[in-house]
Amino acid sequence: MSNNLPAVSIEAVTSGLASAGYIASPQIATAVYLAERIEKPILVEGPAGVGKTELAKALAAWRGLKMIRMQCYEGLDEAKALYEWKYAKQLLYTQILKDKLGEVLGGAETLSAALDRLHDFGDVFFSKEFVEPRPLLQALEQAKGCVLLVDEIDKSDAEFESLLLEILSDYQISIPELGTIAAVVKPTVILTSNGERDLSDALKRRCLHLHIGFPEQKLEERIVESRVPGISQSLRGQIVGFINQVRALDLKKLPSVSETIDWARVLVLLQSSELDHETVKDTLNVLLKYEADIETTMPQVTSFVAKAGRQGVFG
Amino acid sequence: MRQELHRFFRAARGAGVRVSPAESIDAMRAVKDVGFSDRGILRDALLLTLAKSEDEKQALAFDEIAASDDGMSYDEWEARRAVKTAAMLKLTRFIAAESGGAHPSPGETQTGGASAPSPELGELTQMLMARDRNAIAAALANAANAASLSDIRYFTQRGIFSTRILEALGIARLRDDLDALTASNPSEAERLTAATEALRENVRDTVNQALLLYGREEAENLRHEILRNAPLARLERRQVEQMKVLIRAIARRLRERYSKPRKRQRRGHLDTRKTLRVPFLTSWKRRHRDRPKIVALCDVSGSVAQVSDFFLLLIHSLHEVVDDVRSFAFSGHLIEVSDILDNKSPEEAMSEIMSKVGFGSSDYGGSFADFEKGFMASVTAKTTVIVLGDARTNNLDPRADILRRISERSKRLVWLNPEGRMAWGWGDSEMPRYAAFCSVVRQCATAKQLERAVTDIVAAYQ
Repeated sequence: MSNNLPAVSIEAVTSGLASAGYIASPQIATAVYLAERIEKPILVEGPAGVGKTELAKALAAWRGLKMIRMQCYEGLDEAKALYEWKYAKQLLYTQILKDKLGEVLGGAETLSAALDRLHDFGDVFFSKEFVEPRPLLQALEQAKGCVLLVDEIDKSDAEFESLLLEILSDYQISIPELGTIAAVVKPTVILTSNGERDLSDALKRRCLHLHIGFPEQKLEERIVESRVPGISQSLRGQIVGFINQVRALDLKKLPSVSETIDWARVLVLLQSSELDHETVKDTLNVLLKYEADIETTMPQVTSFVAKAGRQGVFG
Repeated sequence: MRQELHRFFRAARGAGVRVSPAESIDAMRAVKDVGFSDRGILRDALLLTLAKSEDEKQALAFDEIAASDDGMSYDEWEARRAVKTAAMLKLTRFIAAESGGAHPSPGETQTGGASAPSPELGELTQMLMARDRNAIAAALANAANAASLSDIRYFTQRGIFSTRILEALGIARLRDDLDALTASNPSEAERLTAATEALRENVRDTVNQALLLYGREEAENLRHEILRNAPLARLERRQVEQMKVLIRAIARRLRERYSKPRKRQRRGHLDTRKTLRVPFLTSWKRRHRDRPKIVALCDVSGSVAQVSDFFLLLIHSLHEVVDDVRSFAFSGHLIEVSDILDNKSPEEAMSEIMSKVGFGSSDYGGSFADFEKGFMASVTAKTTVIVLGDARTNNLDPRADILRRISERSKRLVWLNPEGRMAWGWGDSEMPRYAAFCSVVRQCATAKQLERAVTDIVAAYQ
C-alpha cells in the first residue's frame, strides 16, 4: 500500500504500521504522525533491540517507499555519507577528450587566449555526471521520497553530526562546485541512538525526541503475537511475564523485545506449550548474552516460572 | 491557547527542561495539529517536541505528578480553569441580572439564610455576603490575570502581587462598605469582616501557587548560584542531596564539552598511502591525541572527607571524557578505591571507603609511602596526578621527596586544597613544601572551584 500524503490521524499511523507488522505504542504513533505533519526528523533513543531500526523499516514498508540506510561508525565522513567525485571517470574522460580539447584550444595563439577558451568550456568535469551520490544525497534525489534511516548516530564523530544539521533542518545539501541541492520530495528521516554518548543540543533541537523503552506487558504480547505466528496465548503470556521479571534483576544486558521474539520462536520450534523450568534453563542462553547474567538468573528461574504461570492463568 | 502554552513552557523551564524558541514553535505546531481533546496525545506531543532526553521527559512528567498532588495535573488545571471561567462568567452574569432585576426571589439566591444584599453595596461585597463561591473564584481569576500574576518570579514579590489582586478585586470599595455597615448593621459587618479575611487567604493561596509554578526557574537559578559557592565541607544534610544533583549536572556539562575527540587540524607528515589512493588530493597524517589519564589521591580524613566525596563522584562520572581513572583514598594509610566507586552506588561506595580508611588522623608521609610501594607503576608520562587534601600532616614526616618522584614521573601534578590560601603553611600545614613539586595548586572548597579545577585538568589534554 502506497500513500504519500501525511497520515490523517494517529490511529491511521497505528494501523498502517501494524499492517507492516509493527505494533506501535501510542507514543511512537504520535511521533510518526507529528514527524509527517510538521516535517521533522525523529531521533529515537532507547536500549538495543527494542525496535528502533525496525520502526524505519516498517514505516518504509507501509508507505511503499524505498528505505535508504546510513550506518554510522567512527571515522565516517563527507565522502562516504554525502557525495564523492568520480576521480577515475574524470581522469578517463580527460584522456578520451584529449584530442577534442586540443581542437578547442588549437586555434588559440597565446596562452591567455587558450585559458580564456578553457574558461568558456565551463566546469564540465565538475558537473553532476561526475558526482557519486552517497546515502544522504541519494535520499534527497528520490523522486517519490524515501525513508532515510541514520542508524546509530552516537557511533559517529561529532563532526559528522554537524554535517547532518543542514539536511535535517532544511532538507538540502551544499556542494561547493554545484551549489545547493534541495530535496525533490522531503524524506522522512529517522535517527537512532543507543545513547553511547550525548548528542549535541543542535542536533536534538532539530528533531522530535522519541524514547522507546521496554514495552508494557500487553503491548509486548501483541508484538510477539504478530511476529511469532502460531504461538498459543497462554505460552505468550507466560513468556512475556517471565521476561518482565528477568528485567527487574540487576543484569549487564537486559533482554529486550528482539530477544523475547527469538526466545518465543525457539520455544515454538521446541513445541513446548507451557513454560517449565527445565526448558527455560536449557534455553536461557537465547535470552541472556552474558555468562554472569545467566548465573544471576538461574536460581530464580523456578519461582519466576511459577509466577509467570499464575499470571498466565489470571491474565 | 497560545497564552496557556506559553505559560506551560515557562513552567517547563522551571522544571529544568531547556525549551528554546525553536522548540516552543515546534510544540505549538504540534499542539495545533493534535488538538486539546485527547490528553494522552497532547502529553505525548509535548514530550516529543520539548523534552530532548530521558531526564527531561521525566522532569516534565514528574512535574505533572507533582502538580497533581495539589489535586490536579497542570493541563487538567488549565483546562478546568478555562471551563470554570467560562461557566463562571455565565453564572455571574446570571446573578447580576437577577439581583439587578427588582424581583429577588428567595429560591434563586444561592445561600440559605442570607438576606438579599442591598443594591448600594459594591459588587465584591455582594459576592462575599452572598457567599457565592463560584463568582468569587471567577472574579479572583480575572483579577489575577489583570495583575499579570504569571510574571511572578521571587517569593519576595508575594506581597505586591497580593495587593495588586486585591485592588483589582475592588478592595477599596469593600472597605467603604465595611465602614458603612459597621455603622448601620454591626452583625452584617462582622460577617463581612470574616468573609474578607477568607478572601485574603484565598488570594494568598493563589499567589503561592503561581509562585510555585512560574517562579521556579528563577528561584532554582538563585539556589544553584548559592549552592555553587557554598563551602563543600560545611553543607547541611538537606544541601548534600542538592549538591549531588549539581555535581551530576557539572559532570554532564563536562561530558558534553569534552567527550568528543577533537582532531586538531594541525598538519603532520604527508600520508603517502592515502594520497596515492585518491589522486590530486594530498592527505596529511593527523596528530593523535590522548584522552586524560588520571590518578587521584584523596584525603578522606575529618573535614576534607566531604570534599573528597564530591570530587570522587565527579571524577567517576566522567567515563566518556576520561580514559582511565584510578582513585586512591587515604588518611592513616592508603588504599585503591577505583573498583568500589565503579561498582557501587555513590552512597554505598563512600560508606565502604569510610569504613576502610576514613576518619583517622591523616598521615601524608605514610600514605605517599604506601602509594610509592604499591602503585607507582600506574603513573606514566601521560598521567595527571591529582592530590586532594589540606596537607595537614599532624606534624608527621611529610615525605615531600616521594611527591617529587611522583611529579617527575607524571605529566602534571595538581594539588587541590579545600583550605584558603591564607591557611597554607600555618600550623601543621605543609602546603608550601609540597607546592614546590606541583604543577598547579588550587583552592578547591566550592562546587564552582571544583568544576574549574576539573575542567582545567581535562582541557589540558585537548
